[in-house]
Amino acid sequence: MSFIKSKFHHPRIPTNDLGLNYRDYEGSLSTLCAGCGHDAITSAVVQACFELSVPPHQVAKMSGIGCSSKSPNYFLNKAHGFNSVHGRMPSVATGANMANRDLIYLGMSGDGDSASIGLGQFSHVVRRQLNMLYMVANNGVYGLTKGQLAATADKGVTNKAGELSLFTDIDLCIMALQLGATFVARSFSGDKKQLVPLIKAAISHQGFAYIDIISPCVTFNNHKDSTRSYDYVHEHITTAAIADFVPMKKEITSDCASGEGEDICLHDGSLMRIRKIQDDYQTTDPMQAIVDIAKYKKKGEILTGLFYLDPTATHYHEINNTCDMPLNQLTQDALCPGSRVLTGINNSFR
Amino acid sequence: MTPPDTLKFSSQCQATNNFVVRFANTNGTGSASANNMFAKAILRMGIPVSAKNIFPSNIQGMPTWYEVRISEDNFLARRGGNSEIVVAMNAQSLKEDICSVACGGFLLYDSSRALTEDDIRADIQYLPIPISIICQKEYKDPRQRQLFKNVVYIGALAALLNIEFDVLKSLVADQFKGKDKLITPNIYALELGYQYANQHFTCPLSIKVERRDLINNRIMVDGNTATGLGAVYGGATVVGWYPITPSTSVIEKFSSYCDRLRIDPATGKKNYALVQAEDELAAIGIAIGAGWNGARAFTATSGPGISLMSEFLGLAYFAEIPVVLVNVQRAGPSTGMPTRTQQSDIIACAYASHGDTKHVLLFPQDPTECFEFSALAFDLADQLQTPIIIMSDLDLGMNDHLTEEFSWDDNKSYNLGKVLTAQQLDDIENYGRYKDSDGDGICYRTLPGTHPEKGAFFTRGTSRNEYAGYTEKSSDYVHNMERLLKKFDTASQIVPVPEINQGHKLAQIGLIYFGTSAHAIAETKTQLKDHGLAADTLRIRAFPFNDAVSEFINNHQLLFVIEQNRDGQMRSLLINEQEISPEKLSSIANCDGLPMTSTFIVQGVLDKLSGDYSAKQVS
Repeated sequence: MSFIKSKFHHPRIPTNDLGLNYRDYEGSLSTLCAGCGHDAITSAVVQACFELSVPPHQVAKMSGIGCSSKSPNYFLNKAHGFNSVHGRMPSVATGANMANRDLIYLGMSGDGDSASIGLGQFSHVVRRQLNMLYMVANNGVYGLTKGQLAATADKGVTNKAGELSLFTDIDLCIMALQLGATFVARSFSGDKKQLVPLIKAAISHQGFAYIDIISPCVTFNNHKDSTRSYDYVHEHITTAAIADFVPMKKEITSDCASGEGEDICLHDGSLMRIRKIQDDYQTTDPMQAIVDIAKYKKKGEILTGLFYLDPTATHYHEINNTCDMPLNQLTQDALCPGSRVLTGINNSFR
Repeated sequence: MTPPDTLKFSSQCQATNNFVVRFANTNGTGSASANNMFAKAILRMGIPVSAKNIFPSNIQGMPTWYEVRISEDNFLARRGGNSEIVVAMNAQSLKEDICSVACGGFLLYDSSRALTEDDIRADIQYLPIPISIICQKEYKDPRQRQLFKNVVYIGALAALLNIEFDVLKSLVADQFKGKDKLITPNIYALELGYQYANQHFTCPLSIKVERRDLINNRIMVDGNTATGLGAVYGGATVVGWYPITPSTSVIEKFSSYCDRLRIDPATGKKNYALVQAEDELAAIGIAIGAGWNGARAFTATSGPGISLMSEFLGLAYFAEIPVVLVNVQRAGPSTGMPTRTQQSDIIACAYASHGDTKHVLLFPQDPTECFEFSALAFDLADQLQTPIIIMSDLDLGMNDHLTEEFSWDDNKSYNLGKVLTAQQLDDIENYGRYKDSDGDGICYRTLPGTHPEKGAFFTRGTSRNEYAGYTEKSSDYVHNMERLLKKFDTASQIVPVPEINQGHKLAQIGLIYFGTSAHAIAETKTQLKDHGLAADTLRIRAFPFNDAVSEFINNHQLLFVIEQNRDGQMRSLLINEQEISPEKLSSIANCDGLPMTSTFIVQGVLDKLSGDYSAKQVS
């Protein structure tokens, strides 16, 4: 393990539209275990933000508590981050978003943080249609407290210590679909080719986007009986369609040639280009997506990919009719009614 | 059974502009707005008045009382004791209500149902009015029959107590402005009662009101309205909240003022965001997220909400995030008495959350200070980068109080504290979020999105060094904790100073009080004088305490801390924070859930002086 992050980079390292290179999007050196799935997510976030030419300081990184919630420290060093309290990132992200609607909100959470202690907050931030990308690094286990079963662990599996998971697992994708999320996907930290376009599309999406990322815990949940181990996931993962993200400004040169798939146009003019593998694949019906997820699960497979996308989505500020200028930039002139108005108010109490 | 027509014995209550009217109603019958109209009529006759709504945690069908004290001496605390006149409209509580009439007083009751023999007291006068029968005859709609009962007895009281009928008429017109169809029927109902009383009783009674000019610039309003309005003036833009009595109307009033005053004229869009959260944890989480991101944000809660918010308060303290919390205190512990007043969250708020934490508390005494402190809290939160808790209570928040009119200085600018701009960041060589460059314990913060290269940091509830980097190094941790203490000391110099009332020659007795107990102090001093006792007073307006508090304590021999809880929490806080010897401070603590009375305070002083003081008495 290294203790100092190398600043070396190739002199001709590619730059994006902002003239920034990949390394400008990196964070501090990860202190997670070597081989942790979360570090692969970090790297996917870095790549997605770099390729999208997101100005790093226009991102707010929000997290709760746990291994996953430490991850925002490892990407986008030029962005402010907020490592809040356990299970409460959704409310803090809501407040931050209320204060400044112009920033990009990247939420990073884990299965303990979102499916247990924070399940209530998770549900309500979905319902509230907050404009953000909410990622859960889902490994079915509590890492920082050393291996207890998480609420997302499949019923009937055992953890490393041999404890049996007795209860039904919570599927956050299904919950998000049921509660009205307008972008829902599942991916695998080991499948960057799938994950990066999903993150890019989710950032471009104007509405609540949820990505559940299976992210194996090498230390506490990578054993033979686990259904979240690298081996198990590799063997049982399936996808109904391959999605590619085509940014607004780029000419269309994606892996999948036009005509082969279906294009979904996002708010900013970018495209989500879908190449179907299963004939019955669709992204327009959240209830059907729930059925599909359950169907594959029954077969012992993990369905991944984009489950649902509503390109006409709205979000909290639109529903609230909040002014266009970020609330944190309004001056006293706009906020304080002044003494003349107060005279009238006083008179209403006589 | 019909009660005797007139009181035979001579000791009938005699009072002009100095008596208490107690209304006994059933909740959910619309009585509160009629009773409020009664109080306001007294106000408009230029006579000082206070109103206490003593209501149950229930929507419909349970007993509720409304006590109006009329006092041209401006003694506007709850008086306590029995009332000169009781309006008994609730059969459920009738027996109790009859007992609550003062000897020589009056009972106005709905005689549609006869009293039993038990209900007859020889020492009070009965004023029977068949209100239900009148309304049954006059109105067809059952809801109208119910609502107008209240208006009928107000009309009767106008005749009985000498209230100017035109004042009531103007109040009805104001109340139903925009719903003009309701004005005539309401005035008609007032007249029904007025005429009935005039025809059947000798009006006015021996207790009555007379027009005065004693109000000056004062207004009559509840504290929650004032707090909500103060937040509008203080520039709050983001609110996270969860409904809980008695704090709910803080947010409702904020919202309704924003509907009028915070809509962008050009676009019709909102210059604020009000998020009804899933619970109190989320409510304060939202306010903290917004504060972190540079908006002025607040939440309001009561009772259990404070317990739920504690973890987040610790985060905001440690991560140094401005946020305002309005705590409208009610009687605890647990669900306690949700619709009764107390000042029992002092310790819970001063030290909210695990670990070494301390929070800035403000103690408003009346709606005027609710308005001022609410606006001020946002400045203090930004200056100190920490939670500011406004410690209101149910009595202050939900009852109407006669209070100085609100004022605002248009020349005063918001103090946004130490927030660096992009330009300032450019000029700083080595920015550290938690570096105390000014020596006051307050460091410079940056907001997300300010600068493309500099100033970003990771906000966390974990220990960190001056550069916001995670650390478990003991020296870094201790250094940071000591700095937070220094910041708290800075806070003691900028929070509102205590209000001290003492002559050149100091009195032996010192009374220390805060919040709504203030309403009973002038009366207490008058009553103490009757006992040959003089007292100096100190009103605490904020925590951390200012040096003047210790000085006052050192300068007096016999000190009482007056508060509305069981355990003398403010006394404990003084002992703990000012290193005062416990025997120096006696506790006068009332925890019965009703607003403090001067009688209780005076009794506490006298008991201490006679050496048999018991803290367990009930007012």
